[in-house]
Amino acid sequence: MAQAQARFDITTDLSGNPVMVLEGVWTAFTVGAIDQALRSLSAKEVSSELSLDVSQLEDFDTAGAYVVDRTLRKIGAVSGERAKIVGDTLSVRSLLKTVNDAKPEHTMPPKKKHGLHELAENLGHGLVDALKEGWGILEFIGEAFSTVFSLMLNPKRIRWTSVVSVMEEAGLNALPIVSMLSFFIGLVIAFLGVNLLQSFGAQVFTVEMVGFLMLREFGLVLTAILLAGRTDSSFTAEIGAMRMREEVDAMRVMGLNPMEVLVAPRLIALWVMTPFLSFFAMMSGLVGGLLVMWGVMDISPAMFIQRIQDTVPGQNFWVGMVKAPVFATVIALVGCRQGMLVSGDVQSLGQRTTSSVVQAIFLVIVIDAIFAMLYMEMGL
Amino acid sequence: MMQEPENKLAIKVRNLTNQFGSKVVHKDLDLDVRAGEIMGVIGPSGTGKSVLLRSIVGLIQPKHADIEVFGEDLTSLGREERRQIEQKWGVMFQDGALFSTLSVQENIMAPMREHLDMPISLMQELACMKVRMVGLEADAAPKRPSDLSGGMRKRAALARAMALDPKLLFLDEPTAGLDPIGAGNFDILLRSLCDALGLTVFLVTHDLDSLHAVCDRIAVLNAGQVLAVGTMDEVRANPHPWIQEYFSGPRGRAALGIS
Repeated sequence: MAQAQARFDITTDLSGNPVMVLEGVWTAFTVGAIDQALRSLSAKEVSSELSLDVSQLEDFDTAGAYVVDRTLRKIGAVSGERAKIVGDTLSVRSLLKTVNDAKPEHTMPPKKKHGLHELAENLGHGLVDALKEGWGILEFIGEAFSTVFSLMLNPKRIRWTSVVSVMEEAGLNALPIVSMLSFFIGLVIAFLGVNLLQSFGAQVFTVEMVGFLMLREFGLVLTAILLAGRTDSSFTAEIGAMRMREEVDAMRVMGLNPMEVLVAPRLIALWVMTPFLSFFAMMSGLVGGLLVMWGVMDISPAMFIQRIQDTVPGQNFWVGMVKAPVFATVIALVGCRQGMLVSGDVQSLGQRTTSSVVQAIFLVIVIDAIFAMLYMEMGL
Repeated sequence: MMQEPENKLAIKVRNLTNQFGSKVVHKDLDLDVRAGEIMGVIGPSGTGKSVLLRSIVGLIQPKHADIEVFGEDLTSLGREERRQIEQKWGVMFQDGALFSTLSVQENIMAPMREHLDMPISLMQELACMKVRMVGLEADAAPKRPSDLSGGMRKRAALARAMALDPKLLFLDEPTAGLDPIGAGNFDILLRSLCDALGLTVFLVTHDLDSLHAVCDRIAVLNAGQVLAVGTMDEVRANPHPWIQEYFSGPRGRAALGIS
């Protein structure tokens, strides 16, 4: 097929009328080359009495028929079934008819506009969308909470199987990565502390630093960010895929409340597992600090623990732990809500998963900052 | 079975064996599809009609098979030869499998961009023409597949399968899920396109009306083998109980106009 070519020639027949002689192979693979030449033929050059000579045509398909039909229509000649054709061997006429019946009307997708007016318009839309998004989040939180409270009054309705399965998937399976990560963060903080405080001769206070930071902040925030990346995205993808395959609609018509079946178990499971994971994160962070102090400063584990007990008030643990259910709520609800917003196409699944993770991490950090300010006011 | 003349075969399948785990789907299956005919493939659910289609187009690697398409042995083709063959066929999947991030027009242009050397403007025009040819309104062209109804998606999928003007079309249950009028129109469309373009069609279907209206020959798959192949009348004359039940059940009789 490599050397196959479409060619044409305009001649006149015995009675002086123009004839377009089609030669060679006129298929989708070849007509691209003569598209421009055919396009430039105009009614001025060729009279509408044009007829076709197809006796030297080797192959013909709808793409070939389309360009012929387009040319005939442009110069005002008869096309389709009643086209004037000489030497029809390849059912040229029926192809022309098929193509002519399809009467192509060229529609182009509308182009995007640019300019000051559009900028203002986009800005306005963006603002309204952001407000709507905020409202949507509040609405979703309210609905989820009222569902969970009504479930609390009637615990038999809680889907315990899915609660436990989410607890395993999102909680237990995340334990190794959460512990390992905070272990390393504990190491890093301790190393930095030893190095920095050395210049004041106060290396021993590294123990307090590790203790305060791990219990108050890092244990929680690290867990929450990991859950946002790991669990929140899977919530969105799971529920989103169910939306795409109309499973959520199927639930609704069966009288199952998606809030009760999909959202509540995930929320409850995270409420249980986030404190659990955070506890392990805190502990492995402390172990990281302990190892550094032991190796670098020769402070024995027993001394390390004693010093933590003496100098880090126990309330720091609770100051950290209080945030766990809040973060759990944010992660579960953002993940589920974005999943519920997935529409029919694949692209929206990707967009929703992305914005779910971004929103969850953003909210976790903002809420953590708000907590820090609150605690400062309260003197904790 | 009568041996077909070699040069007139579009598809020649010999000794096809497909096995998933311990489940044998096809066992030494032989099938011929002549060039220019519409071959309907029927059989009970789960007899591997779609698997047969997928084996021929190379989406499934069968355990054993000799498959020829237009006289080319698919098992021994190099990359470039394979590409040549792929340009000659179009496949329409059961639920359309349109790319959901592209518009209908872009979906139809996707194979053109890959295989054809032509100006984008001509591709756009051809895509619009195909959209109209399969019986859609021109305003469906810029729409996303998710904005179309099921029947429109099927038509759009057919348009994409025909983007390169293939000589051979594989259709997997094209009329399933369409209303009877839509399905009827689809049959008429398929028949007229095939007559005009000289297509060979490999049609997997459950639709008795389609079988009756468009198919030149019918192959019945059962228990991993081709049970019967021939024209509607020849197949109906086969005494096998499944075939008898299929064509003589209430739906079969209605479709064939027997009271």
